[in-house]
Amino acid sequence: MSAGTETAPKPQRNARRIGGGILRTKTGLVGVVLFILTSVVALLGRYVAPYGPYDSLGIPGAAPGNGHLVGLDFIGRDVFSRLLYGGRSTFILAGLATVVTYLIGASIGLVAGYSRSKIDPILMRGIDILISLPALLVILLLVTAFGGTSLVLVIATSLVLLPGVARIVRSATLEVSTRGYVEAAVARGEPTRTLLLREIFPNITGVITADLGLRFSWSIILIASVNFLGIGIQPPTADWGLMISENRVVIASDPLAVVGPSIVLAVLVVAVNLIGDAYVRQLDRSSASS
Amino acid sequence: MAISPDVLPVVPATAPKAQKGGKSAPRAVAWFVLKRVAAALLTLLIVSILIFVCTSVIPGNAVTVILGKSGTPETIAALEAHLGLDRPLYLQYFSWLSEMVRGNFGSSVVAIAQQQPDTSITKSIADPLANSLILGGITALLLIPFTLLLGAIAGIKADKPLDHIISMPTLVAAGLPEFVTGALLIYIFFTQLGILPPVSLVSPGASPLSSPKILILPVITLLTVAVGSGVRQVRLGMIEVLQTDFVQFARLNGIRERRVLIRYGVRNAIANSVQTIAQNLQYLVGGIIVVESVFAYPGVGVYLVNAVLARDTNKILAASMILAAIYTLINIFADLLVVFLVPKLRTELA
Repeated sequence: MSAGTETAPKPQRNARRIGGGILRTKTGLVGVVLFILTSVVALLGRYVAPYGPYDSLGIPGAAPGNGHLVGLDFIGRDVFSRLLYGGRSTFILAGLATVVTYLIGASIGLVAGYSRSKIDPILMRGIDILISLPALLVILLLVTAFGGTSLVLVIATSLVLLPGVARIVRSATLEVSTRGYVEAAVARGEPTRTLLLREIFPNITGVITADLGLRFSWSIILIASVNFLGIGIQPPTADWGLMISENRVVIASDPLAVVGPSIVLAVLVVAVNLIGDAYVRQLDRSSASS
Repeated sequence: MAISPDVLPVVPATAPKAQKGGKSAPRAVAWFVLKRVAAALLTLLIVSILIFVCTSVIPGNAVTVILGKSGTPETIAALEAHLGLDRPLYLQYFSWLSEMVRGNFGSSVVAIAQQQPDTSITKSIADPLANSLILGGITALLLIPFTLLLGAIAGIKADKPLDHIISMPTLVAAGLPEFVTGALLIYIFFTQLGILPPVSLVSPGASPLSSPKILILPVITLLTVAVGSGVRQVRLGMIEVLQTDFVQFARLNGIRERRVLIRYGVRNAIANSVQTIAQNLQYLVGGIIVVESVFAYPGVGVYLVNAVLARDTNKILAASMILAAIYTLINIFADLLVVFLVPKLRTELA
């Protein structure tokens, strides 16, 4: 591709600097450490669990002791082992939901922002309808209609999260597509697909990634909430959200059965938010300096 | 700070008559209100279709709930005919819609199945709705002053210790799922301190206001999440306003800092905060679904979750539509309030 009169900026050159910048801020470092810790527990914890997640081992709601670090749950299963088992599904589903959110949301935003035709208002009004209902209500309705399977949970969660992505990407696309290098590419006669993927998309990645952390933490919260309400993952599966709900009956005798999963979930969400926050600060700093 | 030349208005030799369309500001506002209300009604109509389709995707849903596994093809067909489920979907939708706008939400299929004497949803949802409005109302009354006050202070003291004392905890609080916050609060105030009940049970027919103690933890839970996210935005709005020219000029004119902050800063930041507050109130509509479930508080949220678990389609429809309507109402109200609070917008509408 020959150089036009104006060369496109290279946003990627900052990526590594921003990544390093996150680790240099105090909150970012804390976030990264906590995130690695909780994700290791969520993804690999099951391989070091002392007991099986479904083994009934003693008196329901027994306090910690007897080799049970966090006590026994409401039907006598080892809470510590279930904690090690219970993070993976939420973690993976929330990750998938975030990916789907960005794939669909960014596509809608790109097309709507670049089309300059009737497609734009049609897509955006559709998006408006999605946010005219509370997020959790949309998920509850979809689960009612199609069942609480993993697939439905992922799609429902991305449906409520993608309007934000679509809007951000649309306005960024609108702005970028008037720049000289895009118009130069249009003049060169590049096909629309190449235009969108090679000229516009690389230049809006900063805007897209700015709220990645926020959306991942929302996915975790929404999916964990659905599990907590008993509408998502079904017992006896070990899941942090579901464990908090189930073990409320033994909160007097073994409070750690409720507090344990609450704390790991809280740490995970806070860690994701801290990283996201540090990332946005770095992004601001690098765009201010360049 | 200097005024750049392009800020100064260029007065044309012959000023064109302003508002050539002949629309005066009050009429423009009335037109705006009308358009906004119409748009909201249209949204609700589309939402009602979506909700209706969602609850009727699985055919024979209500019938299988009533008959269980004992249904034979004949009894299923007879019951479908009795409930009107054998008609085309759009006819079912229109009869449901026309009943609903008259305040009749139909019969609970679970209640029919259990042969309860009273199957009316309109009756069974009245108390939960009142309970939810009490919970949401109290939270909203506390939410607004807390958000504005903490946000304004954090904004005025941006990057000073007081800002960090406010901003860090709210960042954490805003990010936590409601049921985690609720569970931790139960642990502190029930398990450890033993001063507040872990569940907020209300006997049927009684008002939660008769035992205010049960409302404390649900309200705090909702507040923590909502105030947390609101404070961040009010803080940013305040910082923005304090950097504007008119605040700088007020300071340069020697107006006392207190007066600058209150008359020029806070007053202008409040207009920006209306949308933030509206978002937080809208958040409450979804938030009560989880918070009510945490504390077993008998509101619309718990009603909805139970209906979903029991696959009681008419109850799901009723609760969803009520929540959607409240959600939309808050949105319109905020839009209108902004227009009345910011005079500039009124003339821009014209």
